[in-house]
Amino acid sequence: MTLTTTFAMRANRRLLLKGGAALTLGGLTLGRLGDLAAAQDESKLEIFSWLTSPGEAPALQALFDAFNAKYPDVEVINAAVAGGGGGAAQAVLQTRLQGNNPPDSWQTHIGRELIDQYVVPGYCLPISDIYEQEGFLEVMPQGLVEQASWESEQYSVPIGVHRGNGLFYNKSVLQDAGIAPPEKLAIDDFFAAADALKAKGVTGLALGSKDAFVPAQTFENVLLGVVGPETYRKLFAGEQPWDDPGVREAGDVLAHMLDYVNPDHSALTWDEAFALVIEGKAGMNTMGDWAWGEVIAKKAEDAIGWLNFPGTDGSFVLVVDSFPLPKGAPHPENSANWLRVIGSKEAQEAFNLLKGSIPARTDTDKSIFGPYHQWSMESFAKDELVPSCAHGQASSPQFKQALYDAATSFLVDRDVDALVVALSDAAAIDAENAS
Amino acid sequence: MATASSAAARDTAATAARSRRFSLERVLAPLLLAPSAIALGVFVYGFIAFTVWVSLSNWRTNRRDLSLSDPLLRTYGTLFNTTRFQIDLRNTLVFTVIFLLLSAGVGLALAVLLDRKIFASGFFRSVFLFPYALSFITTGVAWRWIFNPETGVNLLFEQLGINHLLAQFGMEPLKPGWITDPTVAWQLNGVLAAVYPPAADWSLKLGIPMAMIPVTIAAAWQLSGFAMAMFLAGLGTVPGEVREAAALDGASGWQLYRDVIVPLLKPITISVLVILGHVSLKIFDLIFAMSGKGPGFATDVPGIFVFDKMFGAQQYNLGAAASIVMLVLVSIVIVPYLARQLKDL
Repeated sequence: MTLTTTFAMRANRRLLLKGGAALTLGGLTLGRLGDLAAAQDESKLEIFSWLTSPGEAPALQALFDAFNAKYPDVEVINAAVAGGGGGAAQAVLQTRLQGNNPPDSWQTHIGRELIDQYVVPGYCLPISDIYEQEGFLEVMPQGLVEQASWESEQYSVPIGVHRGNGLFYNKSVLQDAGIAPPEKLAIDDFFAAADALKAKGVTGLALGSKDAFVPAQTFENVLLGVVGPETYRKLFAGEQPWDDPGVREAGDVLAHMLDYVNPDHSALTWDEAFALVIEGKAGMNTMGDWAWGEVIAKKAEDAIGWLNFPGTDGSFVLVVDSFPLPKGAPHPENSANWLRVIGSKEAQEAFNLLKGSIPARTDTDKSIFGPYHQWSMESFAKDELVPSCAHGQASSPQFKQALYDAATSFLVDRDVDALVVALSDAAAIDAENAS
Repeated sequence: MATASSAAARDTAATAARSRRFSLERVLAPLLLAPSAIALGVFVYGFIAFTVWVSLSNWRTNRRDLSLSDPLLRTYGTLFNTTRFQIDLRNTLVFTVIFLLLSAGVGLALAVLLDRKIFASGFFRSVFLFPYALSFITTGVAWRWIFNPETGVNLLFEQLGINHLLAQFGMEPLKPGWITDPTVAWQLNGVLAAVYPPAADWSLKLGIPMAMIPVTIAAAWQLSGFAMAMFLAGLGTVPGEVREAAALDGASGWQLYRDVIVPLLKPITISVLVILGHVSLKIFDLIFAMSGKGPGFATDVPGIFVFDKMFGAQQYNLGAAASIVMLVLVSIVIVPYLARQLKDL
């Protein structure tokens, strides 16, 4: 009796499986047909991004609004994927691109991320004609446009520029420790300040290393501060070996800085660590200027001061969001129009005011931005623009992941030799892959 | 005579019908099975085969390159030489052992308590099973808060006055680092180096990563309810006569469980260990949400490694090789179990 029942149940399960398979196959076929039909019309525009946080989503909506103001009949589909500083979204996007099912445009950092992951494999079309027609070349800095270009063709439109080498501090915490709000901070000054904070029992440098990009970003800021923009760029470009005294010195400086970080850093995300500074539990934090969004959200504009990361005065670490033109976009005309719109002055002003970044165009109205962003815009116009590796612009994704892993280990073992070996190995693999 | 012949005719007709039905069944069965067999073949075994191929290929950037690498096992060599992956294997082993002991132990204890029908057993049965119904991501986030040394359970120690008490005896306050503790306890490198000198230079520390302990607690909390349900079902099958006989022989409650019932639960115990074992070898979401990679990869596991290498670094061959290693680990647990089950059928 029981045997028969089990058998019947199994048969049922098979039936279910079979039905499921049939449904899936049917669904897939219909889905493809739907795609083919959609390729003919221009009624929609699907935009893929990871702009989902409370500060980012309205900024993206502002771009959609700017687009719809010009093209009211087009329905904009928001295909944003949340989580992990874009890590989750990039995984989804890779799958879609390899499955030949691209959205109409997607968010990507310029530099190697754009070129290596999307342009070289042939997922993008050149947009130099759009640059020319819209006059983007005249209003965007050369150093920025270069990073959106490959073989003298442009491939994506930068919308917002973040600065990666910020040092944010709590004014009153520093004052309590007897430190006058500094104009700029050399590496030695940083340690003097951190010592004063430590004497007061306050965490000198808040760190949130649960986010994998944080250790890497901290390392690249220290590296830039120690070796300067010239060597920094050469190292990531593979023109200088990583077994360099400057790299070792940067390792020593970072190891020293770790004496002043909160012991629970591996359990905190970057924003939780930044909150320690806002709440006065820590003195300083190094972060890209998306952290300013946290300051605004907590209405702490008066309490928080900002500087260049120690030693990095005169350099601006670029973290730039942009959108490319896909090959085989389902709605190619809308796709191109989208790029024209987001490159416009109005759209860039609206987007960046909400996102907390600065426009990629240098001809926007500075007066509508607050003091932090005005400072950042001045620096953007005159400083050395260097790419960030932690955000994928300076290196291949393989090297980026190797840096993430090496920096994560370094936070615990502080082993400079192991760090140098890991980065040298990764650079060797890069060179091999490129050949 | 007439009746006899008509009975014979009926017999022949019945036999013919039966054989027709049998031949129909012979055709129909494979036909009905075919769709699921094909779906399984393509979507499970086909993709496993593809993953094996990728792991042996040169596909190490996002440019698809399915040519085989030279030497063929090159990627596996790289993989096992990667310190992070060595750490991951250590972590998986530590996690699996502690997690199995905790969840099976707690599950059995809960099942016995419920079996004794001490107090509101129906209610508590549901209560203990509830965590199993929650998503690992949800519980991971909650446990991250609990085991954060600044905000979680350490505050409770403070509030309960435990640290005050310890201070009275001149002892250090109780403030474990939990998921942020990078220490690796009971390191075996020194012992191993005595036998095998190169072990002294390994960057892998063989021992128990302390940050893993809170993670195993969280996982055991979530899955001991499942173990309890399995054990409870097993306890239900222990015949009343056996209990009575034991009672007549003067066995105490403790002896009854230790010497009679638990040995009878052996098949259930094996099922519990195998099912929980494969959960623990594949664990990803709980750890990803709770502690991430941990300090110095103290709570990193192969699942997170695969995710990073595959989608972060786009080293498809390395990610595929690590997935295959995970598959082999799970097979070591599952295949003997399945073979045993099939033999029983």
